[in-house]
Amino acid sequence: MTAPESSQNVSVESRLRKYRKKSQFRTIWNRLKKNRLAIFGLVLFTLMLGVVATADLYYSYEQDAVAQNLRLRFKSPGKVPGHPLGTDQYGRDVLARVIYGGRISMFVGLATICVSLSLGSLIGATAAYYGGKVDNILMRIMDVFLAIPNILMAITLVAAFGTSLFNLILAMGLAGTPKMSRIVRSAVLSIIGTDYIEAARACGTSDMRIIFRHILPNAMGPILVQATQTVARSVITVSSLSFIGLGISEPTPEWGAMLSAAKSQLRYHPYLAVSPGIAIVMVVVSLTLLGDGLRDAMDPRLKN
Amino acid sequence: MLRYIFRRLLMLIPVVLGVALFIFAVMDFTPGDPAVMILGEGATEAEYAALRAELGLNDPLLLRYGRYILNALKGDFGVSYRTQIPVFQEIAARLPYTAVLAIVSTLIAVTIGLPVGVFSAVKQYSLSDNFALGCALLMTSMPTFWLAMMLVLYFSLKLKWLPAMGVKDWTNFILPAIANASATTASLLRMTRSTMLEVIRQDYIRTARAKGAKESTVIFGHALRNALLPVVTLIGVNFGAALSGTIVIEQVFAIPGLGQLMVNAIRTKDTPMIIASLLFTAIIASLVNLLVDILYAYIDPRLKAKFSVIKRKKVSA
Repeated sequence: MTAPESSQNVSVESRLRKYRKKSQFRTIWNRLKKNRLAIFGLVLFTLMLGVVATADLYYSYEQDAVAQNLRLRFKSPGKVPGHPLGTDQYGRDVLARVIYGGRISMFVGLATICVSLSLGSLIGATAAYYGGKVDNILMRIMDVFLAIPNILMAITLVAAFGTSLFNLILAMGLAGTPKMSRIVRSAVLSIIGTDYIEAARACGTSDMRIIFRHILPNAMGPILVQATQTVARSVITVSSLSFIGLGISEPTPEWGAMLSAAKSQLRYHPYLAVSPGIAIVMVVVSLTLLGDGLRDAMDPRLKN
Repeated sequence: MLRYIFRRLLMLIPVVLGVALFIFAVMDFTPGDPAVMILGEGATEAEYAALRAELGLNDPLLLRYGRYILNALKGDFGVSYRTQIPVFQEIAARLPYTAVLAIVSTLIAVTIGLPVGVFSAVKQYSLSDNFALGCALLMTSMPTFWLAMMLVLYFSLKLKWLPAMGVKDWTNFILPAIANASATTASLLRMTRSTMLEVIRQDYIRTARAKGAKESTVIFGHALRNALLPVVTLIGVNFGAALSGTIVIEQVFAIPGLGQLMVNAIRTKDTPMIIASLLFTAIIASLVNLLVDILYAYIDPRLKAKFSVIKRKKVSA
């Protein structure tokens, strides 16, 4: 009769563990909840994510965002029913293009952070954990990359590999890696001296397990804050790259590409330049507010 | 002090070599055959092969890299595939526009961001503080090129006060500089505010107030001097951002600077031009960073001692 008893013990323990995990998450959430600006950012971002994700319900990508309709060229906002933000130089609905453009921007932003987060965590955590020579070599290499301004690095990679969506994500993800690895490194360094890491080591836990199971989850705070900021920056970077013609190009709806096309129409059809820009500002503002709120919630000491 | 500068300059060398190697290696992936680009489509296969051999394109990457660096030290950055003009000549002609734009926008960022940040911290949570923070948030969230377009829309097309494009005289640089400065101004403002808030709560500020120092002496003499250190570092980082920001801004205002050169070179796959223009931008950014670091050590003589203490701690950990 010992077996069921021990299994019961295990389940109690696992339940306890779950509870403990939740409570750490909950204290952060409770603090975040009180921050009205952060909640505003969260709601705004979720709302936009929702609109972008369900775009196919009220628009058809091919018909509204890509197909040209030359009879409806340059209708300013509100002139023609069904086109609340007007139509562009090819008669395409601006609102539909802004919404589908959001799909690309948000996808690129989130995919970029996946690349820089995984690479940055790997490099930063390895450097901090092994210290000494490994740390020195990795960080000197990162110094080289940090000497190249972010957008310049993305331009370099895009120039060499060509301008596809995949290359763009890779380029921006790689460009964001050095900074991320630095932040992960310093976050990990602050944890590495603690007793529970010593304890894990004493138990003979493998290095990889210590890094991924014990250190990284506890270093998550600053990493998460940096991540939200990086997503926001990526949205701006991808639009900048498209704007100078090194990102996503026509006829794919992308905010930077739309603004690039609007540039030549600025004198006679200025409304074309307004809505994609406002869309970018909305995404970036919401993410920045959320990131600031998260930072304050994770570490109230930092709050002024 | 001189030794510190010398050491930092020495440390710059591997960074620059590394940056060059990275750019060189990545550009090796660029599709397209330079020989075809130079001779056109009509030449024979033998002519292509001869040119490739002449340019040394068949050598291994590291050999070509070493040759490039040696030539670059002599000021020879190769010849443009497209125009056959020496790359260095072209860059030297374009660099002033970009440099002026980056310097002016960094100056704007410092002259606005710093005082407003101090003011914001002193009047924390007041209406003007919240207003400044709101503006900073909007400014960091705007792509600079969009702000530039909106400025053109209002000041050039509607009010007709300033020119929308070109480089005729200094008025052409007002809008680009403002647009380029917006994001860096905002980040400088936020940084100044938060470090000031930290410093203002220190004991020595209370002491200064208690001994009856004037409020302006407390803020500018005691608080700001100590809050300035992290801000100064940020200025260096921001200069790099301003420099690469001009790449995008130049496209809006049709300014014939380094950014336009770079983008055109990428479009036409003019590899020597791409490599050199990227290299120049990266080197200037790191040189300015170095300059700022030296300035940093100049304001804070504790730096060196502090630096070595941290290093020792890390080794023992």
